[in-house]
Amino acid sequence: MNTLWEFLSMSDANVRFVTIGSVLLAASSAVVGCFTVLRKRALVGDAVAHAVLPGVCLAFILTGEKNPLILLLGSFLTGWLSLIIIDFISANSRIKEDTAIGLVLSVFFGIGILFLTSIQHSGNENQSGLDKFLFGSAAALVGQDLITFGAVALLLLICVTLLYKEFKLLSFDPAYARTIGLPVRGLELLLTTLTVLAVVVGIQSVGVVLMSAMLITPAAAARFWTDRLGAMVIIAASMSAFCGATGAFVSFTAPAMPTGPWIVMLLSMLALLSFMFAPKKGILARYLLQRRIRKQMARENILKTLFHLGEDTGEYSHSYSKKQIKQRRRQPLFQMKSSMQELRRKNLIRKGPEGWSLTEAGKKEAQRVVRLHRLWELYLTEYLQVASDHVHEDAETIEHVLTPELEQRLEELLNHPTADPHQSSIPQQP
Amino acid sequence: MNIDAFWIIFTGSLVAICCSLLGCFLILRRMAMVGDAISHAVLPGIVLAFLFSGSREVWTMLLGAAALGVACTFLIEFFHKKALVQADASIGVTFTWLFALGIILISVYAGKVDLDQDCVLYGEIAYVPLDLWLTETGMNLGPRTVWIIGGVLLILLLFISLFYKQLYLTSFDPAFAAAIGISTTLWYYLLMGAVSLTTVAAFESVGAILVVALMVGPPATAYLLTDNLKKILVISSLLGVIASAAGFYLALWLNGSVAGAISAVIGLQFLLAFVFSPTHGLISRRRIRTAVARA
Repeated sequence: MNTLWEFLSMSDANVRFVTIGSVLLAASSAVVGCFTVLRKRALVGDAVAHAVLPGVCLAFILTGEKNPLILLLGSFLTGWLSLIIIDFISANSRIKEDTAIGLVLSVFFGIGILFLTSIQHSGNENQSGLDKFLFGSAAALVGQDLITFGAVALLLLICVTLLYKEFKLLSFDPAYARTIGLPVRGLELLLTTLTVLAVVVGIQSVGVVLMSAMLITPAAAARFWTDRLGAMVIIAASMSAFCGATGAFVSFTAPAMPTGPWIVMLLSMLALLSFMFAPKKGILARYLLQRRIRKQMARENILKTLFHLGEDTGEYSHSYSKKQIKQRRRQPLFQMKSSMQELRRKNLIRKGPEGWSLTEAGKKEAQRVVRLHRLWELYLTEYLQVASDHVHEDAETIEHVLTPELEQRLEELLNHPTADPHQSSIPQQP
Repeated sequence: MNIDAFWIIFTGSLVAICCSLLGCFLILRRMAMVGDAISHAVLPGIVLAFLFSGSREVWTMLLGAAALGVACTFLIEFFHKKALVQADASIGVTFTWLFALGIILISVYAGKVDLDQDCVLYGEIAYVPLDLWLTETGMNLGPRTVWIIGGVLLILLLFISLFYKQLYLTSFDPAFAAAIGISTTLWYYLLMGAVSLTTVAAFESVGAILVVALMVGPPATAYLLTDNLKKILVISSLLGVIASAAGFYLALWLNGSVAGAISAVIGLQFLLAFVFSPTHGLISRRRIRTAVARA
């Protein structure tokens, strides 16, 4: 608890730099990352991150000193160049985009490594610390880096807020954006530039490989919580900021722990939780929904079976045993048991001494399902010219799905029919 | 050419052939970035194998990394198919997560694990001739790495020649393959297992990045030169061997990393094919287009 307090008070200047730096970096790359992910160009960030290295080395070779601004400029140039080359290759040859990304990424990085090792072997004493660009070291952040981070983060935020609507259109419907006269090419270029900027700055604290996680992971996680872009950007940025601060805290309590990998680890955990448990889109939520629908179908099928049995005799309130129901329609016993209990709880069927029978409400519900089934069969034969012995299977599934509005439309379209293609009567709406 | 140079170029060529052969199938399946992901994701596997066996025992490392590689592809598929994460994002999330896990494991067991990040990323092929395999009688059998990669190459050659039809069909026409009873899932995971195995066998000498360069570069170049899969396989292997030799001398000249130099040569090869390829190059495409326009 004490360590947490000590961390939060930020009395140590180094802690302050590392924490604020990590938060700024994480949040700003998450904002840009949302757009790259939505434009299905998530892995492009990875290519830029690798392509930064030759730029850094070239800048060093040309100037012979480690002026951070010149190094940034060099890395920005090659990072940007790599994106242009990827686009050019995939537009002008049969090479697919993923291959182009992989190629550019590895070739640029290889050239970078060649330069870097060449510099290291050259004996120039100035060179130590260049490999900071390779693996990043958030723990080595100093006040000056913070100013750079802050400036870049601010620039990114301003651009995104000012051009929010344009970027949104670009991400979701570039064709429409072009039609209404937006300078799509220019906007794409600007977004690319912002991505490169975020990568170039961020790479110094998390390193080449993990930089793409800072762009992709928060965006992918936030996508599971909302369908609205504004909300997605905010969720992604706050997730990242939280993980940035927590990562800094981890390496504060255990100094041997690297900050960057921990930020990515925490982000990945958050993403994993989102994939699993997010409402509506998570795996769990979708599984539960499927189960609910399956159960409802099983229940409706039992009601239908009882109705069919009643149709044979014309006596709908007659009781039938489970065996008789099963004879009419084969279904697993355990599923049948729980469905019948649920139906009974809803007062749609009742249990008498001789077995189960439909209640008045149950009969109405069964009629509705059977009506939908037969209406659909009729529709398929009349309008789609499907043979009448081929329509049953299809109607079996759609009878559980059709809405009252569609039912209304079908009835009107078929002119309020009374008999289906198999000459069974269609139960009328009460 | 002295004996060390020979061993380095020979190792590079073996790695190049392994990677290019597999890479052909990867780029045809549009899975070049999956290869990249696997090459990074094997890191925690290597570290864990190291921790359990307590040594740099080759076979445990191979096993550990191959397991992680397959786990990585499984996770990518799972996120994509079950959680409906967009395909490229699912790749990006998975491999960075596993790589971060690997680095954290290295930092936790820093005292016990003799591994570091730069070794994983760009290896050091120049050390290959130093690690010789001596029999008990003292006979020199050449560098250990050569034997390992040679073994992997043999496995790959057997795999590809025996199951060429299955690999070919599942890459080009998965629907047809499934219709005649070839399991696309099985061959997908077998191919990914092979990619993991190759990555691990190669990583110590050439590092993750060169593996990616060799998996994507030569096949992409060959793809611009011919339409026949068998020719693509042969041409990309040859290109890989040429790149290894040329890269070695480039590195010697610049006094830099051999792996980096080989990647640079691969880039140059691609550039040449991209511009001058007789069928799919920039120039011939332009000529065809003007011819069509004139007609």
